[in-house]
Amino acid sequence: MELPPFQLLLDRYSHDVHRFLIANVGITDADDCYQETWISALRAYPHLQHATNLRGWLLTIAARKAIDLHRARGRAAVTMADLPEHGHVDRPDDDPVWEAVARLPPKQRAAVVLRFLLDAEYATVAASMGISEAAARRNVHEGLSRLRKGHGYEWTA
Amino acid sequence: MSGPPDLSKALEQSGLIDVAYFVEDGPAGSVLLASTSLGLVRVAFLGAERAALEPVLVELSHRLSPRVLESRQRLDTARRELDEFFSGRRRSFEVPLDWALVKPGFTRRVLESTARIPFGQTLSYRGVAALAGNDRAFRAAGTALGSNPLPIVVPCHRVLHAGGGLGGYTGGLEVKRTLLRIEGVLPDTRATST
Repeated sequence: MELPPFQLLLDRYSHDVHRFLIANVGITDADDCYQETWISALRAYPHLQHATNLRGWLLTIAARKAIDLHRARGRAAVTMADLPEHGHVDRPDDDPVWEAVARLPPKQRAAVVLRFLLDAEYATVAASMGISEAAARRNVHEGLSRLRKGHGYEWTA
Repeated sequence: MSGPPDLSKALEQSGLIDVAYFVEDGPAGSVLLASTSLGLVRVAFLGAERAALEPVLVELSHRLSPRVLESRQRLDTARRELDEFFSGRRRSFEVPLDWALVKPGFTRRVLESTARIPFGQTLSYRGVAALAGNDRAFRAAGTALGSNPLPIVVPCHRVLHAGGGLGGYTGGLEVKRTLLRIEGVLPDTRATST
């Protein structure tokens, strides 16, 4: 298995992993999850069987770290109240849609973030969340429907 | 403030970096230094705008381990010794070497013989072949020197044609001239500076 040097993964995908975690666990916990994600990835990397979707693989690890954190916090705490007020990251923070996304249930939020913030294919959304592609589509659609009903945002999947 | 946090310290402390590297800019242009837990394993000339960086990292990943990461700290000793060499304050390298990228047998013997040529002295290709145990294999010695994964530190620039010609060099002849000027083998009469 000929894998690219790990530094190239870090160079190419660090922003995606970080944005994904900020949207999923909030800015306060994102940095810890981010570090744990990359250490876990580095540990597992030489044993990886496929190098076809390394971005998806990294987002899978990041999604697991986010789920671990949600479990540790307890379900009630998953409110994402600590989203950045100002543009800490290059995403449309000033758009109130992200406040609404942050209030979605965890699975719908993760799916919507992966699909729209990170522009991931449904296969990657599914792999990252450890669910089927059909379930990934369902979560995106349910999330969008909730955004549309609750906040009047019109997105198409 | 923007973007992800810097992980270099955390990754260094994880003990999971198999191949650490750092790029230094100096009189020989951009030079990559790479190290395993055993020692310095690769020195590479990267050319203009570090064009050769990615191919060298890919080579290290495929031949040694994909856990290749940039680390300034892990290359501290090699960087200091190289800097001292370029500024004329060091005549021989003490940093431990990892010969993992060197073909065993004649190639390894040629490079080990080359490593013993003292600062400021030169040898012919035939002379190096003789030191490696076969003075008729000077062409093979040239090939072995051309494959040197540790230029500067294993000083293949000290091997010249018997007639006085410079021979070849992986980093280009201008780099070879620069190194020989530093050692006083060539007169320091440079028209341009780097």
